[in-house]
Amino acid sequence: MTGLKDRTAIVGIGQTRFAKMLPETELQLACIAIRAALDDAGIAPDEVDALGCFTQETTPEFEIARNLGFGELHFFSQVAHGGGAICGAIGQVCAAIALGIARVGVVWRSRKRGDPSKRQWAGVQPRIDDHWKWSRPHGLSRPADEVAMLMRRYMHDHGATREDLAGVALAQRAYANANPDALMRDKPLDLNAYLDARMIADPLCLFDNCLESDGAIAIVITSAERARDLRHRPVLVHAFSQGMSREHQLMTDYHGQDPFLSSSAATAGNLWRQSDIAPADIDVAQIYDAFSPLVLFSLENYGFCGRGEAARFVAAGETGRGGRLPVNTAGGSLSEVYLHGANLVTEAVRQLRGTAINQVADAANCLVSSCDSTPNGALVLRC
Amino acid sequence: MTMIETFPLPVTDNVVDAGFWRACADGRLTVQNCRACGHVQHPPRAMCPACRSTELGWRDTAGTGRIWSFTVAHPPLLPAFAALAPHAVALVELDDFPGIRMVGALLRDGATMFGGVDPATLSIGAPVRVGFVPMADDVALPCWTPVNPDLSKDNAS
Repeated sequence: MTGLKDRTAIVGIGQTRFAKMLPETELQLACIAIRAALDDAGIAPDEVDALGCFTQETTPEFEIARNLGFGELHFFSQVAHGGGAICGAIGQVCAAIALGIARVGVVWRSRKRGDPSKRQWAGVQPRIDDHWKWSRPHGLSRPADEVAMLMRRYMHDHGATREDLAGVALAQRAYANANPDALMRDKPLDLNAYLDARMIADPLCLFDNCLESDGAIAIVITSAERARDLRHRPVLVHAFSQGMSREHQLMTDYHGQDPFLSSSAATAGNLWRQSDIAPADIDVAQIYDAFSPLVLFSLENYGFCGRGEAARFVAAGETGRGGRLPVNTAGGSLSEVYLHGANLVTEAVRQLRGTAINQVADAANCLVSSCDSTPNGALVLRC
Repeated sequence: MTMIETFPLPVTDNVVDAGFWRACADGRLTVQNCRACGHVQHPPRAMCPACRSTELGWRDTAGTGRIWSFTVAHPPLLPAFAALAPHAVALVELDDFPGIRMVGALLRDGATMFGGVDPATLSIGAPVRVGFVPMADDVALPCWTPVNPDLSKDNAS
């Protein structure tokens, strides 16, 4: 009874090169990525009439439209909460297309944060009046600190260890080592190097943190009907939901009854309700990974592992090559590039087209999720 | 963008939570409660989510709790915290209001400034009591002092 199921498709993906520091501006990078995505789709720029982006995006819709030579626009939306936003930005444009409000949509993320001064926590002001006033004055100041608090509790509750958690970073690094676009392509990582790494927010070490990088990614969406006539195998948007946990508090979601029942649980319940594809049918998953514990928490909240079981699952290599559920198969935010999860969507598309570097054989169904510790969203994609 | 050199501090004159900060300045740790239905919550809100009343007040707590979790921050950090690194911060569940959790820096027994608590002495479940650190004329920051830290590991739940 859902009006969105399989009605729209991702038909084009594009990206700039990824690097620690790029000379182009965020606007230039956005334009390059969007042009590449439209070329990939074989759709003319003046057909685009819907845009979706992040509230944190610095390249406004009118600049995008007038630089790329779009025609009149009929739908544009922005989604908040950084790492939680990409699936919502895509899903909202899909809904607009399914409802007949618009015909062709572009979603993009362009970001330069290789420069340390661009890190949001570094911009904290001397006096704080939003919800951060309850944690930042105490020195819980960076997203890594906020996630580390939950990871230590998880270890305590379930007997998980740093060796277990290492499974996330090691699997993704191995994928990145095969990916010529990944920032970490030439840097292998083994368990000893992981365990010896410097601590950032104990129990999280350097390799549990995403990269800081520059780049842009764009995604083109249109109706499933139109998609059939385009050059690539369409990647259908099968199910979509956003989610926010009861009593949610952004990043420091510590005050509800069960802090591990995050916004991902809210998203997952409503996502699977709409989906003919169940967790057991998912062949490959792209799970938001700004910090490696988010992968564990998401694996449990989306129903791939029972409560407390995700640490053993990743430690056993089940998210790596040949595992039961390959996750973040291009290297993810930890080892490919950090673009607020937009690279997870492009990798999902490549897997379902059958063109991924670390191709999962016969991949037909893919979950894409966004940040576990913010209001978030997810997509079930299929080919 | 230049990082601030000082510790970031809370605004204390927002009507929603000013009562919390006044109590801290008084040496009392409080939780917000609803005068209509009795619901207790932290952090404070503008409305009671249980009954939608805006008649909200404050209840004193015993100022003791158990470490629900903690983390230890290492650089890169804001300069003020970098000087204290490694810097331990706890999430504490209050003894007399189970389920109510508060974030707080760790404070050594008898100290007037947070920091300097050896992370190796901390464990989940360990008992702590509140201590107020004067950060500004209007800010007494509620922080947590391990109770008998030498025994805290044995007390871990």
